[in-house]
Amino acid sequence: MFSEPDLIALSLTLKLALLSTFILLIVGTPLAWWLTVSRWPLKFVVETVIALPLVLPPTVLGFYVLIALGPNGPIGGFMELIGARSFAFTFSGLVFGSVLYSLPFVVQPLQNAFQAIGSRPFEVAATLGASPLDRFFSVAIPLAKPGFITATALGFAHTMGEFGVALMIGGSIPGETKVASIAIYEHVEALEYDRAHLLSLTLLAFSFIVLAIVYSSRRRFSLIPS
Amino acid sequence: MLNLLTILRNVALVLGVLAIVANRLHSGEISVAVASNFGNTIRALVAEYQASSEDEIKLILGSTGKLYAQILHGAPFDVFLAADEQRPKLLEEESITISDTRFTYAIGRLVLWSKRSDLVDSKGSVLEAGDFRFLSIAHPKLAPYGQAAKEVLMKMDLWEALAPKLVFGENVGQAFHFISSGNAELGLIAHSQILQPGSLTEGGSRWLVPSNLHSPIEQQAVQLSEKPESRRFLAFLKNEPALKIIREYGYDTP
Repeated sequence: MFSEPDLIALSLTLKLALLSTFILLIVGTPLAWWLTVSRWPLKFVVETVIALPLVLPPTVLGFYVLIALGPNGPIGGFMELIGARSFAFTFSGLVFGSVLYSLPFVVQPLQNAFQAIGSRPFEVAATLGASPLDRFFSVAIPLAKPGFITATALGFAHTMGEFGVALMIGGSIPGETKVASIAIYEHVEALEYDRAHLLSLTLLAFSFIVLAIVYSSRRRFSLIPS
Repeated sequence: MLNLLTILRNVALVLGVLAIVANRLHSGEISVAVASNFGNTIRALVAEYQASSEDEIKLILGSTGKLYAQILHGAPFDVFLAADEQRPKLLEEESITISDTRFTYAIGRLVLWSKRSDLVDSKGSVLEAGDFRFLSIAHPKLAPYGQAAKEVLMKMDLWEALAPKLVFGENVGQAFHFISSGNAELGLIAHSQILQPGSLTEGGSRWLVPSNLHSPIEQQAVQLSEKPESRRFLAFLKNEPALKIIREYGYDTP
């Protein structure tokens, strides 16, 4: 049914989405927590920067990432300085771009979930002698579980559908940077509509299932009395 | 009910008047869909054309494949300047074009280009040495310049050896951007791209690929509407001084 290059593109997309989501949760959780508890007056600047990928065309993001990765850009220049290879046209580069691109989809649900907990449970936990770290792990994280589910699913689904960034910094290398959305685009451009349909329908079905799982589980959680 | 009918009639009247006015204003205007590699050249050509003509030319730039699909589905373009001969021919077979209007307006040349002044030699032997990490080309399946680049590498017997170093732009514009941003050291792109005045291409090193290393990149034009403006503009493209401008921008002319 699928041609081999298409299968490679699909599995690459899956790998990219899984790895990016994992990194997003690790980076996004402390970030969202800090945004919830911090009283720093310039916090809104950080929030604005994180939200930018929501409104910017992905090609803009990809364009700047590509320039930043180049030998004259800040990241590429630094990598050259320490003798490392540049990120451009590599899978690591795509992961880097995806994390930037999907950050608001992970941070915002987590921040909302942390905020919804309120200060009361933490005060109670503190009275019972829980350290700040303990309070974070045994109160904040369990109570924010619905937020984690939403963040994981949105981060994952959004990375699956990434196109503009991958187009700008990927270079369409099979097995390395040629993800499913790029493969679809190339099929359409090359008038291979059948193969484009097959891949598109697969992505459509997959996204539907992921989002359906989120929304059904959300309902279950909201039934739990808080 | 009566009120609604009156309103509708008035709206229809206003729309009708507007349509007539708009039509007046736009007489002499045509839309020309142009393959993106020809973008700067067509702007220079239009400037030259309008020095002696009242006709308004609206330019729509895009990849040949995308423009082809849009025309096939009824996009209201009057003239199509493609980057290959295949899409205009396909449109002709679908009877979407005005018959007997297809012709080659420019023949593309490939260049091996690097921003580094010491990388590309005058014979292109840097390709054999392989002393670079990324070679940027346009996607062979999507872009005529990509197809030509592939043919050059096959003819030099380097396609297999260089495969791990290739990065593909969706079109030749993107292939150019990969090099100009410094992410790929060199690439096979359209000669016209590095001849653009005021571009980032001063300095660097280049090898103009001999045209016998690939099949000719015949960029063809077709007329899509019966408008006299379309015919006039295409006639302009076939003659000096248009041909002179086209050559100045790095193309051969038929």
